[in-house]
Amino acid sequence: MSEWGIGKPVRRREDDRFIRGRGQYTDDINRPNQTHAVFVRSPHAHALIRSIDLEEANAAPGVLAILTGKDVAEDGLAGLICGWTVHSKDGSEMKAGGHPILAAEKVRYVGDHVVLVLAETKAQALAAADLVLVDYEPLPAVSLKNSTEPGSAQVHDEAPGNLCFEWELGDKAATEDAFSKAARTVSIDLANNRLVPNAMEPRAAIGDYDAGRDEYTLWTTSQNPHVARLVLSAFVGVAPEHKLRVIAPDVGGGFGSKIFIYPEETACAWASKKIGRPIKWTADRSEAFLADAHGRDHLSHAELALDEDGKFLGLKVKTKANLGAYLSTFSAAVPTYLYGTLLSGQYDIPAIYVEVDGVYTTTSPVDAYRGAGRPEATYIVERIVETAARETGFDPAEMRRMNFVKTFPHQTPVIMNYDIGDFEASLDKALEVADYAGFPDRKEEAAKRGKLRGIGFSTYIEACGIAPSAAVGSLGAGVGLWESAEVQVAPTGKIEVFTGSHSHGQGHETTFAQLVSERTGLPLEDIEIIHGDTGRVQFGMGTYGSRSGAVGMSAIFKAIDKVEAKARKIAAQLMEAAEDDVVLENGAFTVKGTDKSLSWPEVTLAAYTGHGFDTAEIEPGLKESAFYDPLNFTFPAGCHICEVEIDPETGVTEIVNFTAIDDFGTIINPMIVEGQVHGGLVQGIGQALYEHGIYDEESGQLMTGSFMDYCMPRADNFPGFKLGFTPTVCPSNPMGMKGCGEAGAIGSPPAVINAITDALGIKDIPMPATPARVWAAIQNSATPKAA
Amino acid sequence: MPVVTMTVNGKSVSGEVEGRTLLVNFIRDQLNLTGTHVGCDTSQCGACVVHIDGKAVKSCATLALQADGADVTTIEGLAAGGDLHPVQRAFKEHHGLQCGFCTPGMIMTAVDMIRRKPELDEKTVREELEGNLCRCTGYHNIVKAILAASEEMRA
Amino acid sequence: MYQFDYHRPANLKEAAELLTKCDEAKILAGGQTLIPTLKQRLAMPSDLIDLGALKELSFIKAEGDAIMIGAATPHADVAVNADVRKHLPSLAKLAEGIGDPAVRHKGTIGGSLANNDPSADYPAAVLALDAKIHTTKRLIEADEFFKGMFETALGEDEIITEITFPHPKRAAYVKFPNPASRYAMVGVFVAETPMGIRVAVTGAGQEGVFRVKEMEDALAKDWSADAISGIKVPAENMLSDLHGDAEYRAHLVTVIAKRAVAAAI
Repeated sequence: MSEWGIGKPVRRREDDRFIRGRGQYTDDINRPNQTHAVFVRSPHAHALIRSIDLEEANAAPGVLAILTGKDVAEDGLAGLICGWTVHSKDGSEMKAGGHPILAAEKVRYVGDHVVLVLAETKAQALAAADLVLVDYEPLPAVSLKNSTEPGSAQVHDEAPGNLCFEWELGDKAATEDAFSKAARTVSIDLANNRLVPNAMEPRAAIGDYDAGRDEYTLWTTSQNPHVARLVLSAFVGVAPEHKLRVIAPDVGGGFGSKIFIYPEETACAWASKKIGRPIKWTADRSEAFLADAHGRDHLSHAELALDEDGKFLGLKVKTKANLGAYLSTFSAAVPTYLYGTLLSGQYDIPAIYVEVDGVYTTTSPVDAYRGAGRPEATYIVERIVETAARETGFDPAEMRRMNFVKTFPHQTPVIMNYDIGDFEASLDKALEVADYAGFPDRKEEAAKRGKLRGIGFSTYIEACGIAPSAAVGSLGAGVGLWESAEVQVAPTGKIEVFTGSHSHGQGHETTFAQLVSERTGLPLEDIEIIHGDTGRVQFGMGTYGSRSGAVGMSAIFKAIDKVEAKARKIAAQLMEAAEDDVVLENGAFTVKGTDKSLSWPEVTLAAYTGHGFDTAEIEPGLKESAFYDPLNFTFPAGCHICEVEIDPETGVTEIVNFTAIDDFGTIINPMIVEGQVHGGLVQGIGQALYEHGIYDEESGQLMTGSFMDYCMPRADNFPGFKLGFTPTVCPSNPMGMKGCGEAGAIGSPPAVINAITDALGIKDIPMPATPARVWAAIQNSATPKAA
Repeated sequence: MPVVTMTVNGKSVSGEVEGRTLLVNFIRDQLNLTGTHVGCDTSQCGACVVHIDGKAVKSCATLALQADGADVTTIEGLAAGGDLHPVQRAFKEHHGLQCGFCTPGMIMTAVDMIRRKPELDEKTVREELEGNLCRCTGYHNIVKAILAASEEMRA
Repeated sequence: MYQFDYHRPANLKEAAELLTKCDEAKILAGGQTLIPTLKQRLAMPSDLIDLGALKELSFIKAEGDAIMIGAATPHADVAVNADVRKHLPSLAKLAEGIGDPAVRHKGTIGGSLANNDPSADYPAAVLALDAKIHTTKRLIEADEFFKGMFETALGEDEIITEITFPHPKRAAYVKFPNPASRYAMVGVFVAETPMGIRVAVTGAGQEGVFRVKEMEDALAKDWSADAISGIKVPAENMLSDLHGDAEYRAHLVTVIAKRAVAAAI
């Protein structure tokens, strides 16, 4: 094993540029003769566009062009698409309303794109945008609550009652049967609060059309540049796929929000041909709040049926999911196949039935945000299980243990087939690390200080590396969810790996190189990881859903298999040995049982000279590719335990202890994996305590449109976290990996709310549990608490 | 247009700016020092923190002309003669960054923090980071890195 | 940001002249509120008059029973100044809690007072300590200075030059920050000065900073947290927003005032 190999906390190679300020993010790039774009956005949640007057704006200094939906239509561009088709209970296809690049007839949320202003400088574009006069006829706003009420305004004519789909999963009759036999049932109503992703780098794009070559280049803040290229060419019609190059350079965080194909980058690419100059657009944070796809936003009712011993018999869930004003790139999949399929949690529940109504509202589109559907499912399961334990008098840890899935593979009633896991192992370790046994003493001690202390659990399971492609295709995916890799060995033996995964903070330049180093024995400096450029990487599905380890690295693994096999063949001929006797170890090919050996560069050079082996039998060169389609999803799981202290006078909740014990399968770099957990936890705890995207019910205005009102988690909101791992090796990919990027955000919200409700002795408190809400809950609580 | 002159990373620079030109735009657009980032428009995220006359300030809440005659250090100027500053080294060693976007501002804030408070503890570091947002790391390793750098610099 | 002309006067006289001369001029002190406001295009001044070069306005002096702070003194300087820490530790602590470290390096006491943001910290200190505000034209008593949200007694061509604080017998400031912005949602400054006991509240009131006479009277009789625990300000005068309704803020005023009394040194 090399010193940089699998399992080592290798320090990140990409850090060298970032800590010196030498990263290159999209907004850091400037093209010769570049112009600037500003979007005139809708100030209304919902309105008809009566007319657009551009006369004054067109005359403003520096203006190059002002484009509207009419220009988009004249150029024959189609709208944006949703890449996943969901079907309703009655078999009908979801009712997708059009998603225009620039709204021509109607605007559907505050921030909707209406006019594109192009000018020499950004200041000039902003000044001209002020002069654009759009005459609107306002219509009533549509919220998640009122969307399906009779008489509500219609967001899309295609979707009567604002219902995009009425989806179901599971066996309704079997579930009803389970409930009819139940000794008792537990029910809960839960809201999963809307979140704004807020990657620290705002979205940005530069469209640059080269008239000489009739080619477009688009630099954009994307988690999946090839998918962007595919959508812009095949569906929107900006340019043929081979005439469009999409580059996602350094990207400053994504968390899902940079998966999607948005109007802004589409417009920059398209309009750069119209004005014959490069166009740059960079969102300011206020625009990001308005126009990035948001996350979550569900209202649910759930019921759990139990037998007299506390065993779960059945689960029923009815959810209303906010899709926003338009279907974003993967939005239909999130509250359905990424949600309903996880409702079995870590438990053996014989019958489950879930219904999800996907509704349109006059809010920003809602799509995948760190966890995407799985946090919503985990929140339902872990809150109702905790409630059941309290209502039946079971210890919450023991009620969970009693109902855990204990044998694998395990087929749930909601599609998933859990391949492996050890839920008791993570629970036991978490109980120990969190010192669960010592909690009563800590609670008593806190009470002496006037604080209410509570403890909450979450034993979550999630699904990563969505696959295999044929299976997801049958569920409605418009794409395959494999990954590709190309391993190109230079004559000198240096290796370039072209991967379809995209790193925007995950550290692939390090971890992917660790794998290559492990396999070849080469030091990291001889290995380059190349990603994020459709001009260099053949194809890729990108990075989201914690898929890059289990799927992206597996593709590299398979490509290295091929490289190694070919190199061994060449080495065998060079050393006149049988191929089966040649092994690659520590960067050299040796013939077993002899002292014959050739170094890696000696063999790679020979591969390119074509000397010493039979080129009729073995082609010269050393470059192989692989497309890896996984056999199954992977199922990361774990146990989070949160301990809080509440100040009853102010309602402030302090996280005093947080333990996360996770099973991610094989870990390539524990330092990076821990970092992923830390970040996920802060987003999950942020959802539980701080973050909330709020639209005004009446006006449809975004009330939390800046960091002044949208509470971003800060360093002093948290203690240090206690982490641990209880791995089981995943059987469905060659390295046994599961995925670690989202677990923190998936597992933690119910742990926090379970801890708060435990401290307060109440059933529920809505997320985020702000000081004002906690204080109000204390005031309303039937049992008075000592101050 | 007014001309602004200042020392940036030890070099004297000057350029024509408008009254409204922010220091961060002067640094990024005119000096091409793109390590200083803009992550918000309400002066809360701290991605734009630079040092003016040795003190951390938000370059998005400072006009370029306010810095006339000042000595400005950006992230690009922190590694003296190419050797990384101990805070830069600590961020790498303790995995205090992921996407890297908030990192320049975090590092500049940390350097200033250690200058003002050589005896740091975890609670102080967390409080001192109030003006710097990070969405990737959960702050855990940033705090670790700053404490480690502070200890190293004290030794 | 809209266009404006920028001026950097070399002395106070020049600054005052510019202020009189320019049409819709605004004073630029530290700019930590003004520049974000301009960026949001919520203000459209014709001219900005930067006091940054006026070293004469950046000072802290301890004389007799008073501390004099120049209007352009940054929060960070107030926070660490030895005289302030000795005679007015409550003010040092307040300054140390304004914004974040970078904001404290630029933001100034004069700028904060002239802006009179309803959630700013300094107004509570000035009102509770009965400080004197010196301007280019006159001396203004604290009670006369604050005129409601973003409104002060300052004339259009008047510049704050100095604030004089008495040494209190005891005082403290406790802030309950808005979770998102970290500005004061409720900030209470309690002080016992030679002139009497004062309780000033920032962040909560619809009219900006205000005094709570009932608490002052109660504390005059009995300086203890218990003495004010039953005193509640009327909720109808409190701000109400996403982060807390008026009822909650009114409740917090009492809680935070009690904590300030308990913390007073």
